[in-house]
Amino acid sequence: MFKGNFINNLPKIYGTYTGGFIVFIILMAIAEQAGMSAKVIGICFVAFTVLIYALIGYLSRTIQVDAYYLAGRQVPTVFNGMATAADWMSGASFVAMAGGIYFKGYGYMALLVGWTGGYVLVASLLAPYLRKFGCYTVPDFIGTRYGGNLARLSAVIVLTVASFTYVTAQINATGTIASVALDIPFNIAVYVGLASILMCSMLGGMRAVTWTQVAQYIVLIIAYLIPVFWISNKMGAGVFPHLMLADEVARIAELEAQFGLGEIKNSAADLKQVPKGLSGITKAHAEVNTTPWKFISLAVCMMAGTASLPHVMMRYFTTPSVKAARRSVGWSLFFIFLLYSSAPMLATLSKLSLMDPNLATGIIGKSISEVQAIDWYQNWNQANLMFVSDFNGNGTLELNEFFMGGKAVVLATPEIAGLPYVISGLVAAGGMAAAMSTADGLVLAISNALSHDIYYKMINPKAETAKRLLIARILLVLIGFAGATIAALEIQGILGSVIWAFDFAMSGLFFPLVLGVWWKRANAQGAVAGMLGGLAAGSAYLIAVRSGYPGFLDITQLTFGIVGSVVSLVLMIVVSLATKAPDAATQKMVDDVRVPSGKAILGRQH
Amino acid sequence: MSKQAQHWEKTRGLLFVTLAIWFVFSIGIFLFGAEMEASSIRPFGYPLSYYMTCQGSLGIFVILIFWFAGRQEKIDEEFGFSEREDD
Repeated sequence: MFKGNFINNLPKIYGTYTGGFIVFIILMAIAEQAGMSAKVIGICFVAFTVLIYALIGYLSRTIQVDAYYLAGRQVPTVFNGMATAADWMSGASFVAMAGGIYFKGYGYMALLVGWTGGYVLVASLLAPYLRKFGCYTVPDFIGTRYGGNLARLSAVIVLTVASFTYVTAQINATGTIASVALDIPFNIAVYVGLASILMCSMLGGMRAVTWTQVAQYIVLIIAYLIPVFWISNKMGAGVFPHLMLADEVARIAELEAQFGLGEIKNSAADLKQVPKGLSGITKAHAEVNTTPWKFISLAVCMMAGTASLPHVMMRYFTTPSVKAARRSVGWSLFFIFLLYSSAPMLATLSKLSLMDPNLATGIIGKSISEVQAIDWYQNWNQANLMFVSDFNGNGTLELNEFFMGGKAVVLATPEIAGLPYVISGLVAAGGMAAAMSTADGLVLAISNALSHDIYYKMINPKAETAKRLLIARILLVLIGFAGATIAALEIQGILGSVIWAFDFAMSGLFFPLVLGVWWKRANAQGAVAGMLGGLAAGSAYLIAVRSGYPGFLDITQLTFGIVGSVVSLVLMIVVSLATKAPDAATQKMVDDVRVPSGKAILGRQH
Repeated sequence: MSKQAQHWEKTRGLLFVTLAIWFVFSIGIFLFGAEMEASSIRPFGYPLSYYMTCQGSLGIFVILIFWFAGRQEKIDEEFGFSEREDD
């Protein structure tokens, strides 16, 4: 199956796969009608999809270096777009984003703009040039462009800090979903999640991750779109929700006014009763509720972070050509757009389902005891993701008396809106796919940097292929375990740590990468100062803000990348200009990177 | 001026145009969030601020990247720097 003209057969293979998955969903729906329990359906969905990914991972096993690091540089444009979209959309996008929009509205939608706008930077500033370079990893580019092990090592450090912050959040997400779907304790579920992640990547490296990510994209996009379309149609809101929910958005604003949003405030004592992590609706749904600078600073951090995160960049090393790399960025964003443009629609539908007294599903305004008797309320309350309390003692549920966890918006909405349980199982499988695909990309990015850049390029350049790949796999497992161990401690939420990862990457890597292509005068000393100085300044600001320092310019712990990257830019320019210009060979190398034709800077096997 | 320098100049020109459009739709318009909300332009009936954050800007970015890729390919061809298909 993976021999001969496998690449030419891709549309057929994934077409069959998609068909098979839809048949599986239908079978599950029939089984549900026949009386299969919700629990078993959930287990079937998660187990079946994870087994398929593991099978793809096994079939893609390889003993070749360029297949392990670059999927053989033959991933077609559109498929690389799908793989990148899965790589990109993590548990945060799938599970947490609609929830964030639900609670915070416009202010939060800066993430939508930031997480898509960054791809314009990727396409125009970086991806095609790095593809021409022919590097295996992002530090490989930094190390060769600037020269010297110190630059390479600095890049590895930034990469590890950013990607590791990110990956713990993803393993946490796989653990959360596995624990709910398989009904096992979280700290065991984390390792179940880890095992599934490693099965996809260990034997085949980038090649295996590429083909599982395509499969995971298909599952996650089906799982996200079906509920949105279904609920919208069921509610009579419109056949095509993205273009037809304007009335619903207006209706929410009307209900918000009617229920006294923003006027009735909960007392601190009342809020103490609410379990940690749950929140009520306190911000209007569609109103502009934030200052332009707050919105823009968050969007800017996410955009620059997008262009600096190594696990995304390295996906564009796998295309057959520079031209394909450029187009592939467009496809990636198109596939991401499909989900991102649906998230606000899901938030709208979810909110209206709960709020509108004219709908059968609406709970605001019903009596507390009635709500507490609802099946799904009891389930999600048990999972610590939903809570109601009669603060004002009138026996009726008010808008300010209903609390929900951010994750529940995506995971529980199908049940709230009265869809069959099979859809909830599907959504769980989608969330698992999203978190797994990102975790795989991240673990691979870290272990490839350590095995290729540290071990092969710095410690033992004479290592044989077999030994290099063995080391790469051992590191993969070790990093996975380290990530899972930290995830099991549950230090911070999924969304917060993902945003931090973007800020770390932006602090240390954005300008060293961009200037490496666009400014010939940039040299090794400048790059090292930029990477380490930027990372240090960003981290210092984060720690200061976390320990009570009020900060300046309204830069918060979510946007500390601005501090880091400005320091990085200034240091890089000042130090580069104060030291010797790069030699003629390096300047020639930059010239060669700037044109698509001709040989890659680094050979096919290096 | 060498062929390569000309190619780079055109490439840089395209970059600036691309980044200018990007800037307008990722940063520029959001300086005017409140004005957009009050605006009488309501795509598909949504408030303009809401529409731009959840679909408008995102869709423009997708189109912008494909447009950029097409233009860059033309520039590469013009100077004979595009890759051979079998590369």
